[in-house]
Amino acid sequence: MTNAREISVEYLARVEGEGSMRVKVVDDQIEDVEFSIFEPPRFFEAFLRGRPHTDAPDITARICGICPIAYQMSSVHAMEDAFGFTVGGSLRELRRLIYCGEWIESHVLHVYLLHAPDFLGYESGIHMAADHREVVERGLRMKKAGNDIVALLGGREIHPINVRVGGFYRTPTKKELQALVPELEWAKDAALETINWTAGFTFPEADLDFEFVSVCHPDEYPFNEGNIVSNKGIDVPVSQFNEFFTEEHVERSNALHSRVRGRGAYHVGPLARYAINFEKLTPLAQQSALDAGLEPVCNNPFKSIIVRSVETLYAIEEALRIIDEYEEPAEPYVSYTPKAGVGHGATEAPRGMLYHQYRLHEDGRIADAQITPPTAQNQLTIESDLRFVLEQHLDLPDPELTWVLEQSIRNYDPCISCATHFLDLTVERV
Amino acid sequence: MALPKLAVHKFASCDGCQLSLLDLEDELLAVAGVVQIANFMEASREVLPPPYDVTLVEGSITTPHDRDRIQQIRDETTVLITIGACATAGGIQALRNWKDVDDFNAYVYAHPEFIDTLQESTPIADYVPVDFELRGCPISKYQLLEVLVAFLQGRKPNIPTYSVCVECKAKGNPCVMVSHGTVCLGPITQAGCNALCPTYDRGCYGCFGPMESANAASLARQWQLMGLSDRQIVDSLRGFNAWSEAFRVESDRREASIEIGGAR
Repeated sequence: MTNAREISVEYLARVEGEGSMRVKVVDDQIEDVEFSIFEPPRFFEAFLRGRPHTDAPDITARICGICPIAYQMSSVHAMEDAFGFTVGGSLRELRRLIYCGEWIESHVLHVYLLHAPDFLGYESGIHMAADHREVVERGLRMKKAGNDIVALLGGREIHPINVRVGGFYRTPTKKELQALVPELEWAKDAALETINWTAGFTFPEADLDFEFVSVCHPDEYPFNEGNIVSNKGIDVPVSQFNEFFTEEHVERSNALHSRVRGRGAYHVGPLARYAINFEKLTPLAQQSALDAGLEPVCNNPFKSIIVRSVETLYAIEEALRIIDEYEEPAEPYVSYTPKAGVGHGATEAPRGMLYHQYRLHEDGRIADAQITPPTAQNQLTIESDLRFVLEQHLDLPDPELTWVLEQSIRNYDPCISCATHFLDLTVERV
Repeated sequence: MALPKLAVHKFASCDGCQLSLLDLEDELLAVAGVVQIANFMEASREVLPPPYDVTLVEGSITTPHDRDRIQQIRDETTVLITIGACATAGGIQALRNWKDVDDFNAYVYAHPEFIDTLQESTPIADYVPVDFELRGCPISKYQLLEVLVAFLQGRKPNIPTYSVCVECKAKGNPCVMVSHGTVCLGPITQAGCNALCPTYDRGCYGCFGPMESANAASLARQWQLMGLSDRQIVDSLRGFNAWSEAFRVESDRREASIEIGGAR
């Protein structure tokens, strides 16, 4: 007689968008693991064709309400690459600053409201607040500090309106930026407390052999600029993305699966950025990571919650530095003339590298668009992690097994709205 | 007395409007004190059984599966409120409504046969009765709070239906169209953003959809006088609320004149 188990989660909670998981185990042998995306496709790449290139930052932001800045930054950098100019000085610094705001807002949302409840055994951040109100209030206040940066620079938290090719529509005064400082100073201490808090959680054992991929800049922790670098030998300009990575369309998923050509799954996001760029973190962020028990490379995806907290501290410190050194630019944007060509942009969304490529007509209208979001790139890695976690925890009863599998997916802060062009959980035991 | 049960559902969308609830950093825990969050997958694993008192729906209907799902959601709730441009007007993905969705599918996916989709992206109210439509791309979180409180108190939500121009005047913004010739949808777009774009030195691009009795034809004529081509007018009207009637009718009329007049 065979002993069959099937575990299925048809609608994963505490992730952005609609995805599912299905796992089938026969006589303690894993038969099938599926992480699927059923988010309806919206065809962004198709309807961008023919639109003015100036629409790209506003339209692609609508791919994701949690990381609109990432879409705006990848698109404007791709356009500027196509037209052959770069944005420097204070405007470049303001772009890093608005990205700091998005990392803080998105990381804190994930750490406090979406991921921590898994470690502490709550259904949600709201349930957690019943027992840990001060902790949740600290998280909400930190999140707001990040959102305040985005709202000041971008006009609003979700789908900011102030980012354009060449820079901004309107740049802030020094005084406006300085108003953010007291709350960011508070948030810096709160981020240190967050690192200590998350470091105290109990983590399932894992030491996995990932190919980490991230943007890497010689002088700074990456947001907008740098080569695409992996810990297994890739180090190429952004324009060569398609020569090293490929997307495949598989049935059961409305997202394309990415892989390294000739190899396979790879890992983007906080763990990858941290592993590749550790020495570019601020001294305080490096020391806090080491004090929290992390090595300069972390191969346990469950500990991504600590790394997110470390990156939050970094983003707060970087925001404070930018505000301190800010000098108001003469013009809010760099003027340019559109021309025919191809442009590439890869920037670091909170959940990992986001690649855009556009081919443009002579009049600046979009001829072709390619958008490769972080969650699509992580999809194969998420499935391979699910297999590992399943093997380690087969002795657990179904409800507990389901929960740890969900937690393993949430390690990646998956954004399914992004990946679709992606998630539903079933564990089947036969 | 049991707290009213709140459900939140997502259709084709970016998650941004339901995120507005979690972005109410100062009010979230207070909201959780007066309603029971009964079914909100983005925030909680816990799903309490229907019926629900108030349901918020984000996103547009784009697949046969979702067309069926919205019927069940309607059946399970007393009040249904749609939130955001996708749910109230079809969203940016309604740009497909003017094209052949099979071409779109083949452009994006290697195996279009794996994808099950409808030809059009349409608002929720095309399929089921809706009790209130809250506009915006994204919605204003404070308007969302007002709508929730109003329904809990059994009164009409206080959501203005006048144009963005009124907000600009109230803020003392110089008119971007008159003073720097910037194309602006503000005169025909419903207020709610507090005239955000003009405040940041750019023209409104219509996030909140057409105001009550919007005169899009008249605004388009003004744009024409400012030197815009029909194609540019069509682009401007076909944004995040492209499929809303007032914007759609004028963009169709302008598109027809491109076809008659050739490239202008």
